[in-house]
Amino acid sequence: MTTPMRPLAVSACTVSSALGSGLQTQHDALRHGRGGLRPNDFGSAPRLGWVGRVNGVETTALPPALAGWDCRNNRLAWLGLQQDGFLDRVHAARTRYGARRVALLLGTSTASIGATEEAYRRLDADGRFPADLRRPALHAPDSLSAFAAAALALEGPCLTVSTACSSSAKVFASAARLIELDLADAAVVGGVDSLCDNVLFGFNALELISPAACRPFDAARDGISIGEAAGFALLERIDAAPRAPRLLGYGEASDAWHMSSPHPEGHGAELALDAALARAGIGAAQVGYVNLHGTASRQNDAMEAALLARRFPATTRASSTKGFTGHTLGAAGIVEATIALQAIEHGFVPGNLGAATPDPACGPQFAWQNETRRVDVALSNSFGFGGNNACLVFGRSP
Amino acid sequence: MKPLDLFVEGIGLWSPQFADFAALRARLNGDAPVAPAAPTAALLPANERRRAPESVRLAVEVAGQALAMSGRDPATLACVFASAHGDQAITDAICSTLARAPAELSPTRFHHSVHNAPAGYWTIATGCRAPSSAVCAGARSFAAALLEASAQALAEQRPVLLACSDIAGHGPLLEMTGCDRPFGCALLLAPEAGATTLARLRLELPADHASSTPPPATLADAAVGNPAAAALPLLALLAGAGGRCRLELATALDLLIAVEPAA
Repeated sequence: MTTPMRPLAVSACTVSSALGSGLQTQHDALRHGRGGLRPNDFGSAPRLGWVGRVNGVETTALPPALAGWDCRNNRLAWLGLQQDGFLDRVHAARTRYGARRVALLLGTSTASIGATEEAYRRLDADGRFPADLRRPALHAPDSLSAFAAAALALEGPCLTVSTACSSSAKVFASAARLIELDLADAAVVGGVDSLCDNVLFGFNALELISPAACRPFDAARDGISIGEAAGFALLERIDAAPRAPRLLGYGEASDAWHMSSPHPEGHGAELALDAALARAGIGAAQVGYVNLHGTASRQNDAMEAALLARRFPATTRASSTKGFTGHTLGAAGIVEATIALQAIEHGFVPGNLGAATPDPACGPQFAWQNETRRVDVALSNSFGFGGNNACLVFGRSP
Repeated sequence: MKPLDLFVEGIGLWSPQFADFAALRARLNGDAPVAPAAPTAALLPANERRRAPESVRLAVEVAGQALAMSGRDPATLACVFASAHGDQAITDAICSTLARAPAELSPTRFHHSVHNAPAGYWTIATGCRAPSSAVCAGARSFAAALLEASAQALAEQRPVLLACSDIAGHGPLLEMTGCDRPFGCALLLAPEAGATTLARLRLELPADHASSTPPPATLADAAVGNPAAAALPLLALLAGAGGRCRLELATALDLLIAVEPAA
């Protein structure tokens, strides 16, 4: 039986996505219904669908001491770390607790495989990686965490979670356990995923990419739009930041169903929800807002709409924000966690951008347009390939 | 921190030298090595076994061995699958295709390329709806995953299956990974001692930082060419009379493990 957990303070966070860089930019875009998707202008031809591309990645430069880590994913990570005073907050935590007492747990699905793809496009005459890309640490799935550990000078437990699109939600769970067991005093969590040919052509091969901007929960939705993003949060014990919003609970579960489509009745998603609510010690009726996984694939949204309808009262509000950002894959969990936190902070529920004709299967919980209302508890759902499910519960400090 | 105490109920192992944990023990006792057959991954249904990539078959093989030793029900068993490089063969194939004819990327290969493919196959094959994860930390993947699985076992008071494996790479990527032979191992970890307990582990993060414990000399040939083989010093203690080993966990941070075999 899952028992309540000791809540943690989310003492800082930041996000950069197609909506722009920083929390205020994200909030403004959501408030004005200004989505960040555009016709795909990334990578190799042919142009596949629309994308949520982050402006400024190409012109972001890593500091000279980190130059060996240069690639699109780490540039995006670095760009993300510069916002909202986040670096200063991590430095303060490092000073306060010591570098070995701050854990670093990041989620990504593809890490810097874009650099590996480039190396294969530019193999030298001997069939080897070109000299400038012979940097082993870049061509490994943990490259994001290894880069971030160097960039943040952290020496605590360091791990990459790579469970596809639930990755950067699950890191909150890992962090909560480490702090609970006193293996760390604080944890930097988050995730980064960047556009690369692998995901664009891979999702295209699975026939999951919409030819237009994605339309989560629209009756005629026809697939996802891929985005990129970087997001981070700092978790500490409550006494370190008593007024900060809180991580109240987390839930994780598996579908035991299919590698690339969700269980049609959402069994795994519901188990993750149950565990998250149990750890938070609350019932579904206390949830003000649910940021849905809502990819705009036919199967995900059908499963999730049914789960929402059967488990939440009409007063709970819910929306997908992937019509704004695109599906940022391994970074989706942290991006949507920051949106859930902003719903609490600003008393604002973002509308479900993209759905012109709501799927009749969606219940009265759906916020099709922006709503202004107090939110004390917000949930974020994240589901990944392999039937991997995570649900996070955030709450206001009392 | 308080030391973390937990209990090993099952041990899985497969490499070109060892078909299972018993083969490791035999080698440590001086027996001549017997080359094992390819991993069978018997828990996968036959059609899935044919479809599954090598990385999945290796992970499922060692996980299945540890599970069998414990007698646990996999349907409710949380699991953590670790791999430093994921499926290098698939990464090589995908990057080759993307460089040559990107529109020809195979959908099956793409969904096999996710780092949690072994976790996905495992949970589907065993009907497991408990939490599953897939993690990596480069050369420190085994130690970092052991801490992750142990933290889950103790914070949530549940048994956790840990599998750490990498297959051999080839193609241009191999020069970057340096991982040229397969190795996989698994531990079934429980928060409480029980009837099937094999050993007690005590984990600590010591204040100092030092070199990782080398494996016994008889295992030196098995301890190279694969990041998952970093588990060998611990596996050797589990196969023998116990003792202590130190594995690098992060930059300037070690995991100190004391092993005490069950009476």
